[in-house]
Amino acid sequence: MSEHDAPVPFRAGGFLPREHPLAGAATLIALLLLWQAGASLGWFSTAFLSTPIGIARALISLAASGELWVNLAASLQRLAIGWVVGTLGGLAVGVAVGLFTLARSPGMALVSALFPIPKIALVPLFIIWFGIGEGSKDVTLAFGVFFPTVINTMAGIDAVPRALIRMGQSFGLGRWAILRKIVLPGALPAILAGFRITTSTAIILLVAAEMIGAQHGIGAFVLEAGNLYDIDNLMAGIVLLSVIGLCTSWLIGRVERALLGWR
Amino acid sequence: MTPDASALRLEARGIHHAFGDLVVLDGIDLDVPAGEVLVLVGPSGCGKSTLLSILGGMLKPDGGQARMRGAVAADCLNALTYVFQDFSLLPWRSVAGNISLVLEGTRLSAAERQRRIADMLALTGLSAFADAWPRQLSGGMRQRVGIARALAVNPAVLLMDEPLSALDAQTRALLLDELAAIIARAGVTVVYVTHNLSEAALLGHQIVVLSRRPGRVREILRIDRPLGERRASDPDLLSIEERLWALIRDDAAEADREIEHV
Repeated sequence: MSEHDAPVPFRAGGFLPREHPLAGAATLIALLLLWQAGASLGWFSTAFLSTPIGIARALISLAASGELWVNLAASLQRLAIGWVVGTLGGLAVGVAVGLFTLARSPGMALVSALFPIPKIALVPLFIIWFGIGEGSKDVTLAFGVFFPTVINTMAGIDAVPRALIRMGQSFGLGRWAILRKIVLPGALPAILAGFRITTSTAIILLVAAEMIGAQHGIGAFVLEAGNLYDIDNLMAGIVLLSVIGLCTSWLIGRVERALLGWR
Repeated sequence: MTPDASALRLEARGIHHAFGDLVVLDGIDLDVPAGEVLVLVGPSGCGKSTLLSILGGMLKPDGGQARMRGAVAADCLNALTYVFQDFSLLPWRSVAGNISLVLEGTRLSAAERQRRIADMLALTGLSAFADAWPRQLSGGMRQRVGIARALAVNPAVLLMDEPLSALDAQTRALLLDELAAIIARAGVTVVYVTHNLSEAALLGHQIVVLSRRPGRVREILRIDRPLGERRASDPDLLSIEERLWALIRDDAAEADREIEHV
């Protein structure tokens, strides 16, 4: 036996990380300053790694010459067409696979067989089929976006509680009303989560397709800058890609907040 | 009963159902006269909820038939209407939106729809919560939405699957009184599944005791006193509760020791 005469010690501390947005921003700024200082003090050669100021100068002169807008417009157009087409197709097939026995096994067999193919490997094939122009690029993007959209849509529909669907049926709602008012809103969180994956997939494929065969576009621009050892422009292109990624994820965040306020 | 109320009776004839090898219902015959409340009680797993699903056409029985007979009021939009144990509210629709769901696509005009929603919200004490999300409500308020939604279609038969069992004891007692008043006033035919024997005694005109698997009708008790004149503390109701418990007790103990099959 042991005697006790002490306050009960508190034992449930820690394991509760908190967010500090300022600390996040400060980290990035500090890194940029360190990077710039490293170059200015000659810690590394600017022939191999550009500097924040160098990248900013490159971006400004690209904007002034108009080259920036030509490449950006080409890339954004491909991104928009490819992503929208792939998403619409993926949603349609995903809904069919999620709802109908007839579509389920054939659809899943097809998705399982084609999804693992690295889409970049298909770019040369698509160029043969659809030509070196816009067609092959749009198809590459759409193809890459299509499969994850199918999988996420199907998973989202599978996750809609059957009890809610039965409730709708018990009140005599028609199939279309159940699909529109119960199934799709219930699957929406999974579908929007899928959009985050497919937009970044689309950016990866965009760059790959533009590097294989394009006159304009950020991918082509980065490749050309690399061939010319133009490190400032090369990294300016990479920064642009990062900005595009940030913008799309911000947009999806806005859509999520607008549509999923009920959560 | 209001003059334009439905007068629909529900009949079960020789209903038999099995999940695989497991016979859950075996030769169930029941009559639910129009305007009466039939309460189904029995140990867990005796097939009460299965029977309720069959009565409302949500499950096809392996044998036998559920029939409805009689007149349905002109303004009834869904004759056989459920109230669910888990409420089954759409989380992405507001309280009013959940009620609106079952009125959309019907012959009601937009103005009539709005009026019915407002009436049902008022009836169930939800008027102040019309725009709230379901997640913001307590369990009791959520089930009020479930009840308001069911009443909005002016049902001929209400099929209630343990509507109060997801609630805490205090909320349950409050809502039970309201439910009894609403049922008495609406004059609808009700089939009410519960494992709570005092709910059974307070609400039932007939209390049907089902036996443990395979579910068969073991006994039917009648209470003819109107719902409005019943109090939980009435001695005759308490003695009915005791009789019900005596009937179920051994089966319930047996059911509790069973390994889940389904």
